[in-house]
Amino acid sequence: MKTIKTNKNEYQLICGIEIHAELKTDSKMFCGCKNDPFGAKEPNIYTCPVCLGMPGGLPTANKKAIEWTIKVGLALKCKINLFSKFDRKNYFYPDLPKAYQISQYDIPFCFDGVLETSYGPVKITRIHLEEDTGKLLHKVINGKKVSLIDFNRSGVPLIEIVTEPEIYSPEQAKEYGKKIRQILRYLEVADCDMDQGGMRLEANISLAKIDQENLPNYKVEVKNINSFKFAEQAISFEMIRQAKILDNDEIPVQETRGWDSNKSMTFSQRSKEDAEDYRYFPDPDLPPIRFSRENVDFIEQSLPELPANIASRWFEEYKVEERYSAQLITDIQSANLIEESFNLLINDSLTPNQLASAIVNKKIDISRENKASNIITTFKSLFQLDDVSQDEILKKINIVLSQNSDAVKKFQTGETKVLGFFIGQTARLIGKKVDANLLSTLIIQELNK
Amino acid sequence: MNNKLTLKKALDKLNDKSLTLEELYNDINSSIESQNKKLNVYLTLNRDAFETANTNLNKPLKGIPIALKDNYCTKDLRTTASSIILDNFIPTFESTVSKNLKNSGGVILGKTNMDAWAHGSSTETSQYGRTLNPLNTEYLPGGSSGGSAAAVAADMCIASLGTETAGSIRQPAAWCGVVGLKPTYGRCSRYGIIAMASSTDSPGPITKTVEDSAILLNYLAGHDPLDSTSAQISIPDFTKTLNLGVKNLKIGYLYKDLKGLDEITKIFSEQMQVFETLGATVDVVNAINPKHGVSVYTIVQRGEVSSNLGRYDGIRFGKNRSNFGDEAKRRIMIGTYTLSKGYADQYYNTAQKVRTLYIQDFKKLFKTYDVLISPTSPGYAKKIGATQGQAMFGELEDLLLEASSLSGLPGISIPCYKDDKTNLYLGMNIVAPMYREDLVIQVADAFEKATKWNRWRN
Amino acid sequence: MNNNSKKNISSQKISTAQIIHIANLAAIPITKVEEEELRLAFEQTLNTIAELQSVDISNIEPTHQVTGFENILREDKVNQENMFSQKEALKNAKETHAGYFVVPRVLTHE
Repeated sequence: MKTIKTNKNEYQLICGIEIHAELKTDSKMFCGCKNDPFGAKEPNIYTCPVCLGMPGGLPTANKKAIEWTIKVGLALKCKINLFSKFDRKNYFYPDLPKAYQISQYDIPFCFDGVLETSYGPVKITRIHLEEDTGKLLHKVINGKKVSLIDFNRSGVPLIEIVTEPEIYSPEQAKEYGKKIRQILRYLEVADCDMDQGGMRLEANISLAKIDQENLPNYKVEVKNINSFKFAEQAISFEMIRQAKILDNDEIPVQETRGWDSNKSMTFSQRSKEDAEDYRYFPDPDLPPIRFSRENVDFIEQSLPELPANIASRWFEEYKVEERYSAQLITDIQSANLIEESFNLLINDSLTPNQLASAIVNKKIDISRENKASNIITTFKSLFQLDDVSQDEILKKINIVLSQNSDAVKKFQTGETKVLGFFIGQTARLIGKKVDANLLSTLIIQELNK
Repeated sequence: MNNKLTLKKALDKLNDKSLTLEELYNDINSSIESQNKKLNVYLTLNRDAFETANTNLNKPLKGIPIALKDNYCTKDLRTTASSIILDNFIPTFESTVSKNLKNSGGVILGKTNMDAWAHGSSTETSQYGRTLNPLNTEYLPGGSSGGSAAAVAADMCIASLGTETAGSIRQPAAWCGVVGLKPTYGRCSRYGIIAMASSTDSPGPITKTVEDSAILLNYLAGHDPLDSTSAQISIPDFTKTLNLGVKNLKIGYLYKDLKGLDEITKIFSEQMQVFETLGATVDVVNAINPKHGVSVYTIVQRGEVSSNLGRYDGIRFGKNRSNFGDEAKRRIMIGTYTLSKGYADQYYNTAQKVRTLYIQDFKKLFKTYDVLISPTSPGYAKKIGATQGQAMFGELEDLLLEASSLSGLPGISIPCYKDDKTNLYLGMNIVAPMYREDLVIQVADAFEKATKWNRWRN
Repeated sequence: MNNNSKKNISSQKISTAQIIHIANLAAIPITKVEEEELRLAFEQTLNTIAELQSVDISNIEPTHQVTGFENILREDKVNQENMFSQKEALKNAKETHAGYFVVPRVLTHE
């Protein structure tokens, strides 16, 4: 739990997060246009009457996108609404061609889930499926300020994952975001390219006095955050900003703010006084959707073992530390490859945890083209000692000791930590891989002469 | 005067080569030339129609010229929905139904005037001026498919296509003395048709005879993977029930004692007796008061309209939102209001529940009756200017059609009486259960053939 | 629905402020004259549909879809045939630039 203390009060962060992620289906959500907005070489080349909002265009729902949403829901331990539907969310913006977004209002596909973080569980309120908007580019053309619109992204399937306001620190928010991305990537349903906007974060942030029982009566929404680090920074920034306001016995304005990553601060975008009125109603163009329990079970059975599970199993079975597995479990292929490599180390003097460390720190290639046996070979070569004679080593030790008489004196007056310095200097001078234990023994032997 | 041919006769004559496409198109074109300026039926003519027709002789519809309501998106042919917002709109794609028509050898002759965005029952909301009723030019043709009905009535085409949400095919057909068939919701694809009320929009034919409607529907209907509400049900041959008569059918006579229909009830009741002489039984039946249908339809349709017309922002096509006419503004705004926070439950959700009541009521009635019949509209065509200051003109004119339209049911309007003083017709509306257009066609065909009211048959 | 809300509907008066708010929501520019015309049209329409409150709808489910269809879904396949070329996509646009649609600058954070 992270609180913020001012000289007047102590406040607790109350934060909920909404994550939008584009699903990487072949075709768009409600039409057969190609879903590849980031790969498109030209603007407006993947459109049709439907996603361009032409008169008479009608939506047809992508089955795979719906199944993937359920899959994500099950991975996040959600309950599934067996009966669901799509609704129209009406508002005007140039990037929204129909002036309504097909979304889900009161019956999302998934609800009541949870994701464990090292700071505690984060409850997931709902996951629903909708369509993405087009993309705006702001330019000056012939001296005129204009916005350019590209509809290649219009209608790309988008899931929205909404949490309860139960995230209690910026660090937890960051970890939550990273874990969601890991799961989406692991399930192979989304690339979550944050730079391009394939995954977007919004945080609803408010503060409560430490002894306050009710939720705060306001919230500030920070939108369009495109990295987890920025999410963490934006939340920290808001905590300080809001604490100052609350200290003056005022209430922060209920508004949408943006994150300026150059200035490392949030800024006001628009106030929410004129609350949105999206006039939701069931889309008459799309019949509702009903799953049988068997449909859901089938999807559940197709779920791979999830990252969190693999991490704890690796710890149990291979004693691999969480700090490594968190970075290693990115996709099914590489996770399988790594585990296969662990198994080749059974009865070896080197441990799977050393391998995990080496993969993370020494960047051993774990792409799907590589083989477990190659990984082990590369890994072991890191520990292979060069053939260096003891005379050679002793010669180099003496050079180092003669050049560092101050340090030698220090050692002799009991400052034994300089030993490490001698080991490092000697090893560098030798320029080959030698057994560190042997080196240490020989140095002590020479120093004690 | 080959323009006066029915679709059936024109096809027969083209088949036995007693008619050439050139003769047909010449007569049609001169009919358009002599009348269009006055009647204001066509907004856009397809200059390539005749040329295209000549390449279609081997297809079932043989290049027959068909008029389309101007809310079918037609590739490379201007499509306006009678709104200046789309004044310059040239679609780069084709609606499924017009594609079906083309693939079957039908040729789009031109695009007909309508109430702007299909909002209305008069064509008076068109931003290109009203269409006049060819039967009597002091009167309105009805709407919203007023141009398509007038085109048929004035023999300015062989047949036409309209669209209906609640009355927009049948009411103008009744007012113009022609046949209008509104198929079951989902029978004909809505893809590429400018959406009005998505949950009831139904494209369908407007023709000279019931037989023509049956023929045309055969080529328009069918499942469309681009429309998620399109029925995946096989299409029967709709001409199969022609000439079967109505012997032993049970007919429910709907809305007989409804207030406000007094003027026409006597005439209409007489016409209902025709069915008895043909061997059917006719019972006066009680149904839920249709006036709730007006309210439900108003709320549902305006709600859907407010959302469907959001896309007209002048960015990707068309002109911006300041160009909406008064009627569109009213509908968009009332729909916005009834869907807005705090009101959606009172209006929209309540309306959709009453809609359920109508569906249940029809289900119950169809347990006893094969078809239900009522007048199409509460009276004859209204005079030009009648819509002035009437925010709900259309809804009230379509009083007798809204409940069944909201229920998705198929229906047909056929001429059932002519007033010799005004030369105007009354329409008879025949409704059947979902996907039973065959029944609607059977009963309408029997009446048409047993009476003198069809101008082309006799 | 309780009796209270029924009364609310049938006695609904529409203010000019409401008309302006709704016009904003609907993105419809209106003139002063239109404000009043629309206000009257609103009241006329709302008074007509107020009769709906007399219908007993307790225990009735709403109908949003008359087809009764469910699970009308599409396989995840690209439909090249239905896609526009860039030229077709832009054909009816008022203003374009380098393959983009162009609008006057919308909300940015400068």
